[in-house]
Amino acid sequence: MTNPLAGGPDRSNVKRKTVKNLYDGGTPSLRGTLFKITLLAILDAVTIFVLFILFMQHLWVAFAVGLFAMLVVNYLYLRRGGLPAKYLAPGVILLIAFQIYVLLFSAYTAFTNYGSSHNGSEQLAVTALNEAGSQPVDGSVQYDVHLVSATGTVNADGSNIGFLFTDPVGGKVLLADPNLKLTEIPACSTAVQQVIKTNATTVTPDQCGLKMLTDLGPNLADAISAPGWKAISIAESNKVSTDISNKLAGRHYPASSSDQSLFLQTQDLTTAITYQPQIIWVSSMKADPNDPQAIYADPKGYFLRVADGKKYLPAQDGYFRIDGKIPGKFGACGEGDADCLNIGWEVQVGMRNFATIFGDQQLRAPLLKIISWTFLFAASTVFTTFVAGLAIALLFNDERMKGKKIYRSLMILPYAFPAFLSAYVWRGLLNKDEGFINQVILHGAHIPWLTEETPARFAVLLVNLWLGFPYMFLITTGALQAIPAELVESATIDGATPWQILRQIKLPLLFVSLAPLLISSFAFNFNNFTLIYLLTGGGPIDSTTSGYDAGGTDILITFVYKIAFSTGHGRDYGLASAFSILIFILVATFSLVSFRRTRTLEDVN
Amino acid sequence: MANATAVIEQPLKMKKKRRTPLKWFLTTGWRHLVGLALILYAIFPILYILSTSLFPNNSIEGTNTLFAAISFQNYINLFSDPARPFGLWYMNTVIIGLVTSVLSVFISALAAYAFSRLRFRGRRGGLLSLILIQMFPSLLGLVAIFGMLTEIGKIFPAFGLDSVLGLIMIYLGGSLGGGTYLMYGFFNTVPKELDEAAKLDGATHTQIFYGIIMRLVSPVLAVQMLLSYIGITSDYVLASVVLSKPESLTLAVGLQQFISDPYSKDWSMFTAGAVLAAIPVVTLFMFLQRYIVSGLLGGAVKG
Repeated sequence: MTNPLAGGPDRSNVKRKTVKNLYDGGTPSLRGTLFKITLLAILDAVTIFVLFILFMQHLWVAFAVGLFAMLVVNYLYLRRGGLPAKYLAPGVILLIAFQIYVLLFSAYTAFTNYGSSHNGSEQLAVTALNEAGSQPVDGSVQYDVHLVSATGTVNADGSNIGFLFTDPVGGKVLLADPNLKLTEIPACSTAVQQVIKTNATTVTPDQCGLKMLTDLGPNLADAISAPGWKAISIAESNKVSTDISNKLAGRHYPASSSDQSLFLQTQDLTTAITYQPQIIWVSSMKADPNDPQAIYADPKGYFLRVADGKKYLPAQDGYFRIDGKIPGKFGACGEGDADCLNIGWEVQVGMRNFATIFGDQQLRAPLLKIISWTFLFAASTVFTTFVAGLAIALLFNDERMKGKKIYRSLMILPYAFPAFLSAYVWRGLLNKDEGFINQVILHGAHIPWLTEETPARFAVLLVNLWLGFPYMFLITTGALQAIPAELVESATIDGATPWQILRQIKLPLLFVSLAPLLISSFAFNFNNFTLIYLLTGGGPIDSTTSGYDAGGTDILITFVYKIAFSTGHGRDYGLASAFSILIFILVATFSLVSFRRTRTLEDVN
Repeated sequence: MANATAVIEQPLKMKKKRRTPLKWFLTTGWRHLVGLALILYAIFPILYILSTSLFPNNSIEGTNTLFAAISFQNYINLFSDPARPFGLWYMNTVIIGLVTSVLSVFISALAAYAFSRLRFRGRRGGLLSLILIQMFPSLLGLVAIFGMLTEIGKIFPAFGLDSVLGLIMIYLGGSLGGGTYLMYGFFNTVPKELDEAAKLDGATHTQIFYGIIMRLVSPVLAVQMLLSYIGITSDYVLASVVLSKPESLTLAVGLQQFISDPYSKDWSMFTAGAVLAAIPVVTLFMFLQRYIVSGLLGGAVKG
């Protein structure tokens, strides 16, 4: 259907000019133009405000992208003609910002090791390792901790908070002030010990000005305030946010004048102990007091293992390893592996994620099982729902039957009911011990519907049949009614049986019109995350698939979700992204091929 | 035409009334029997949650006797728990669902108009790539979306993580892929001669779009909005990643809290919430039933 009138903007010869105008939308009305300009002005005002903020924050990339988008939008809507762009622009801009960007980001991530143990720059990893790379010193005194401040209040960032450390056995009291200085309050030890021994129940200021909290049980007493330092009340302590308490827990107080590496730290804000670093960051750079973390960016820096003086060097896989050597082909850094430091940074790993998918022996068996179940699940769902829907449509396709509307209204309820609710409800219904299905319908049976693989797979298909048959019923009814009555009539006159009419006339015609919907239904169920995740969570977990937690009803997408987000064995976004790119290619190819074979897209030209 | 067949059928039907009971059963009676069985299968889970939501005891697993007792206590409790602000969840869900479904149907209608009525370079390629892009499982873009919203939130908190607006933006990003192809099918069913005639009478493209095409397919647009509303308000994963504060949750994320914690499971509250969440959607669905079939077929069946 080529339209002889539809000329491009370049064909501007005089003869066609009037006609071209028509197809560019005619002469715009004054009202329409004013409306358009007002809308555009509002949009520009908002964009300029946003650009101004981006400029002030020195976010140059975002600023440039925003400015470019604004100029393009203004150009598109202020010029004459170019109608297609005017109609497509809103959707395309949103598509680029939130879909194409996401797709490209995933494609990029697929070639990195981005994940929970590689989630930032090398400098961040060094900073974190410096924090984490220490261990408690054996036999160190365990101090009780109480929060104090000069005024007894907490300021906005918690920077005025100090601690009082009390040794509940020896009676030593230390003041840890906000400037990371530790001072012993010496004269008090006898007085404190006295309180401890007599187990005095009243709180009395003793001779060095300490206030003691004595209702901690026999032979226990803690200093809760000291001269110049007031205890922080319970009401005030509510101001200590997670952020502040993280900062407080990160403080290091030098614990010994002889060994500079030892420090006191309170990780839970109730007890403090002495720690000794296991590794030390060695850098040739000079420490900058204003930016103490700058030396962590030194590319020549390395970690020294205190125990034996060996060097951890940055290795290519984004971990610090002894001498920078990577053992084996797919080296990870497992728990208890002493030859690497288990906080890494993000690096590009080339095809390694894809090599893992296709080559990892541990992954192969569960992956093959999941892939075959994914296809089986999607195909059986389309088949069962379509057959059920068609059967019901034929059942009600009888003019003599009454009350068809009521039947239809009730029967499409599962489709109208929000799917996430249905999944939860069925999870309750299918509960092994208390569920309605086992208790009432099966008279007290104990079928493990969701906890054993075969029943769980059956249950998933059953629930999806419940969810999907009304849709198929509706579309087959629509398609059946669109079949010309003359066709059926003439076949009847020629002596065809109802069965023959169904097989040779109705079904072929149905498939022609419904093929695209059936293909889409397959593609949708191939990635039907909501149902599987909310109904079985992919379970029951197969414990033989060490580390990957593959489950009996896991389909590809729920499995990939586990790799990306399960907290059990660390998140691996890189591997998950590689998977999602492959799934995308798989589904897209399948759909394109089937669309082409069923000639669905033929009218798109 | 429908009227004509009805007139012809009338006398036939009268005759058939006098069938024997056995004959009646063999022709239509058994259909009612099967129909009743099917309806039972379709609605018993829904009856079950209705019954559980009306059961007064705060039982852990609900009750297995349908409609053993009737009380609205669960519904009252639902609105009186400050830690689980059901009313706010409901409002968030409705706002997100309405804004997103209306805007996304509008945006894809704009694009579908271009694809259906205008001829331009890259038209076929554009339509094909839209169909392809929507097959990328958006779920797997979660990492990118999370990172993006975190960055946006640092500068514009209203559009960042934990904001309804941020989530709406993300959903709108998918609007073009979701509905354009289906809408393109509807627009193709509107005869081109109509807008060509209007053009000759001096109508502008906006008048043709709003005055002719949008108006002619408006029932289908309503169905599209409803289906898009159902899809968006059913989303669990994206919403659960973006929203975390109790007062900014949607129903899909919030209701899950009632049954996720194995130690404080509350089926009664969950089912009461589910009933309230489902009522408007189901009502609209019943209301638009007549148009739903054509909405689903998307112009695939011309009849």
